[in-house]
Amino acid sequence: MPTPIERDDVQRLVAEGAQLVEVLPEAEYEDEHLPGAINIPLKRLDHETTRQIDRDRPVIAYCYDYQ
Amino acid sequence: MSPRAASRLESLGFEQVYDYVAGKADWGSFGLPIEGQRPSSTRVGAHARADVPACGPHDRMLEVRERVRAAGWDTCFVTNEEGIVLGRLGRAALAGDDDVSVEEAMTPGPSTIRPSLELEKAVERMHAQKLTSLPVTRSDGVLLGVIRREDAEQALELSATA
Repeated sequence: MPTPIERDDVQRLVAEGAQLVEVLPEAEYEDEHLPGAINIPLKRLDHETTRQIDRDRPVIAYCYDYQ
Repeated sequence: MSPRAASRLESLGFEQVYDYVAGKADWGSFGLPIEGQRPSSTRVGAHARADVPACGPHDRMLEVRERVRAAGWDTCFVTNEEGIVLGRLGRAALAGDDDVSVEEAMTPGPSTIRPSLELEKAVERMHAQKLTSLPVTRSDGVLLGVIRREDAEQALELSATA
């Protein structure tokens, strides 16, 4: 199961090389996103679109809030 | 959405998957940097004055008044040891001369705004409530500073002409 994390964990993991993926629609990503995050909307998460994610590094998924 | 996305990533074979459940709303509400069409520079946090005076609830008004005046401010926020806002000393409280405790003189529980709030919305709110400033706090209540209406309006004007 994916590991739920909090803000401090995000900062620590990113400093250690983790990748950020915002899974909201593109327009919402363009509006605002965490520094360094890439955008792969949930509906488009597949083998093709996730090729850009390094499988040897942790990946952190996030959206807007608890939705 | 992010729990489903994190699970989807695992189903695609990713092994080190984390879910930042609280999301970018949490990130922004803590004053952390935001990128995009509406970056941090368009939000209150980047323009809040962090040098606004603060004091503790058990401080004495005489000492606080002197300190606030010397700093050139006409307001002071009352915070606990963790920096969480408990109250505000406005002009009336600071203009008096009685030596009471801050806790007796303060207005408790002032409304605050988050650093992620857009400047435009902050200005609208200050106009609607006839305020010249608003305290800016993180989502855990820690004071980050105060956004003055004139600073927010100036920042909006500069961005409009840029």
